[in-house]
Amino acid sequence: MKRLKLLMMLCAIAAIALAGVNADAKTCVYCSEGSPEGFNPAFYTAGTTFDASSRPIFDRLVLFELGTTKTIPGLAEKWVISPDGKTYTFYLRKGVKFHTTKNFTPTRDFNADDVVFTFERQRDKNHPYHKVSGGNYEYFVSTGMAALIQNIEKKDDYTVVFHLIRPEAPFIATIAMDFASIFSAEYADKMMKAGTPQEVDLNPVGTGPYVLVQYQKDSTIRYEAHKQYWRGPAKIDKLVYSITPDASVRYAKLKAGECHVMPYPNPADLAQMAKDKDIKLMQMEGLNVGYLAFNTEKKPFDNVKVRQALSMAINKQAIIDAVFQGAGKIAKNPIPPTIWSYNDKVKDYPYDPVAAKKLLAEAGFPNGFETDIWAMPVQRPYNPNARRMAEIIQADWDKIGVKAKIVTYEWGEYLKRSKEGEHQTLLLGWTGDNGDPDNFLAVLLGCEAVGSANRARWCYKPFDDLLKQAKITSDVAERTRLYEKAQVIFKEQAPWVTIAHSVVFKPMRNEVVNFKIDPFGGHVFYGVDIK
Amino acid sequence: MQVISLGPLTPRFSEPKFSGQLLMIKFLLRRIAMIIPTFIGITLLTFSLIHMVPGDPVELIAGERGITPERHAELKADLGLDKPMLVQYANYIRGILHGNLGKSIVTKQPVFREFLTLFPATLELSFFALIFAVILGLPAGIIAGVRRGSFFDHSVMGLSLAGYSMPIFWWGLLLILFFSVFLGWTPVSGRISALFWIDADTGFMLIDTLRSNEKGAFISALRHLILPSIVLGTIPLAVIARMTRSAMLEVLMEDYVRTARAKGLSPFRVIMVHALRNALIPVITVIGLQTGVLLAGAILTETIFAWPGVGKWIVESINRRDYPSVQGGILLISSLIILVNLAVDMLYGVVNPRIRHNK
Repeated sequence: MKRLKLLMMLCAIAAIALAGVNADAKTCVYCSEGSPEGFNPAFYTAGTTFDASSRPIFDRLVLFELGTTKTIPGLAEKWVISPDGKTYTFYLRKGVKFHTTKNFTPTRDFNADDVVFTFERQRDKNHPYHKVSGGNYEYFVSTGMAALIQNIEKKDDYTVVFHLIRPEAPFIATIAMDFASIFSAEYADKMMKAGTPQEVDLNPVGTGPYVLVQYQKDSTIRYEAHKQYWRGPAKIDKLVYSITPDASVRYAKLKAGECHVMPYPNPADLAQMAKDKDIKLMQMEGLNVGYLAFNTEKKPFDNVKVRQALSMAINKQAIIDAVFQGAGKIAKNPIPPTIWSYNDKVKDYPYDPVAAKKLLAEAGFPNGFETDIWAMPVQRPYNPNARRMAEIIQADWDKIGVKAKIVTYEWGEYLKRSKEGEHQTLLLGWTGDNGDPDNFLAVLLGCEAVGSANRARWCYKPFDDLLKQAKITSDVAERTRLYEKAQVIFKEQAPWVTIAHSVVFKPMRNEVVNFKIDPFGGHVFYGVDIK
Repeated sequence: MQVISLGPLTPRFSEPKFSGQLLMIKFLLRRIAMIIPTFIGITLLTFSLIHMVPGDPVELIAGERGITPERHAELKADLGLDKPMLVQYANYIRGILHGNLGKSIVTKQPVFREFLTLFPATLELSFFALIFAVILGLPAGIIAGVRRGSFFDHSVMGLSLAGYSMPIFWWGLLLILFFSVFLGWTPVSGRISALFWIDADTGFMLIDTLRSNEKGAFISALRHLILPSIVLGTIPLAVIARMTRSAMLEVLMEDYVRTARAKGLSPFRVIMVHALRNALIPVITVIGLQTGVLLAGAILTETIFAWPGVGKWIVESINRRDYPSVQGGILLISSLIILVNLAVDMLYGVVNPRIRHNK
């Protein structure tokens, strides 16, 4: 009995000694899913990197209103577009302070020099900073900025003019993207003189709501609120990213109170999260689309009837239930409903194997044919389990006599081979960058994208002409009309089977208030408070 | 990793001392000479294997967006991947000889610097996992060996078999759910509570927290070590317990043990002084091998416990086809394992007089 008492006492002492420390009211811990590749958002394309760099540390000339895809003034108070759509004049905000860090104290406010430095570094191959830190400006190149901007002119300290080679309607949305985050030219000059230019990318100085204090690779990123932030200091004084790659462990940390917000929960944990009284589960439709693309350059997929028949043969609801476990919506258009110009009048192909078989016979394949379905080896928000999805499609097509073999490759190899058009049909998807319809339609289905992101290798002039026209039209109503028409053509021609738009879930502790889900998939902590 | 046998170490007592030193130097030189081809083999193997794995780092950078063939060629040239394989290998070797392991394709940081940032975390965790494994495994193996066939023996054997076969991922999550989420005794993951802002001066969290003088930081770091050490130490614990038991069983049947008993020595002295010392030889070998396993194989434990170590880093680098990081990381880890094995070989002589006194 005495021994038992002693054991109980020891257990009690151990429990007290091991008890956790309660989180400080104004410290917010975010259990992020991975390490950033670096802190200069111009070099990278991954959301994890943007969450740690452009979103807390930097601002852009134009910002997205949080929780929407609407553009609002950022470091530019306003802008004027010339009638020919080729000149954009930005009037900059005054009194914006850069961060003070351990190796830099700014002597001046943000001005036109910083804008010119940021863009010229990416555009001009002879710029002294162009090659610093490797110098691959992937987004600047792939969004066409490199070929679009003729020159950037500083009119005065608070006016900058962008001269474009041709009109480009999505330009404002594009420069609201993370790669266009504004750096301090004064800091860059100082570091260049000190012989350590790479410091600009390693220990960044921005105008954003948080100052980077410390980064321990694969472990933690620590930020402090920027007290002189132009939109008012953040409510959270200290922001900590606790890097936790495993989703189950992130959930355990959230339950144990070791973090306040976590991204990318396991679909299987959602039901339990919804029941947990300490956790609230926010959700929003993602700005994405998961699709099956037919290689329209290969037979028999060059035949529109075959594409239509195979579209009709797929039971999309079964995919939503089995693959997305309910956390998805059937997609009928190549753009998600959250994007302006979404054409709700478009009618999707109904699931009808009998009609599909009939149409296939009309196309000259009464006994079906053999083909392949490429399934991605990775998990993505737009497709959480490509293998399972491929199996369902395989079974559906089998019912109309189409025998499909499932093929998969390592991710890099998958992207490379599919870009070269080796596939017959493949599963892939897309998450939007800037909320502009052009970012889906032209990037994924335009003639210029054949050989890169246009995996259907579908170049259809009537469709492409509409996109080109919309790209040079600045009137939003007219652009909407053109994109709506394009969606009708897309559906008729069926180069893809649009499968799903996923729903994004964000679990967080109840004490977190004012967190808004970013439709671009980002995690933004400005405005968030802890009760 | 194979332990290279030691061969003659030191001379007999009767031989002059300088002759012994000479033999030792000869031995050391021979071992170092053997390391050189091993290194060449490692560089060749890692280089060719990672380049043979399908996948293109440039495609991975571009993702779903895809890039034009011209841009693809430009990026490949920037990374030096457009040159013939032999030239790339020669450049890599030239870099190593100049002490330069290259820069990561992803982070653009020098590989050696990234390794140095992460290695202390792996070392700290491996050290505690090994301590845990030795402190429990050695006595359990000794007692099981001495009380062969007893309930304790069967329990140790059963548990060690279970420990050896345990899937690390499942075991780690189970411990987290029980001790961290259900009981709330230990933290879930990481190296220290998010409330402490400790500068990573040495990279060893326990040392850094002590130097920081922040109240409670050291205890927090220690608490964060408990579960990962147990999870990482489970397999070595099982291996050490089983090896100690079988070595003890073998030694206890030797003539000199019977003689020692016949001389009337106490059972404790017979076991601890006469039997254990000889039984330790294979155990030390196993501990040495397990150290290598711990340093290189903590990948799963590091992933579960969000432990910022080199194992996870190398796996992520493989997934991203970050060639310089994979090559450099494996080379550095291999060098450490070779050094550990060399040290193990040296230890034999210290522990066992028979080896020390043989030519």
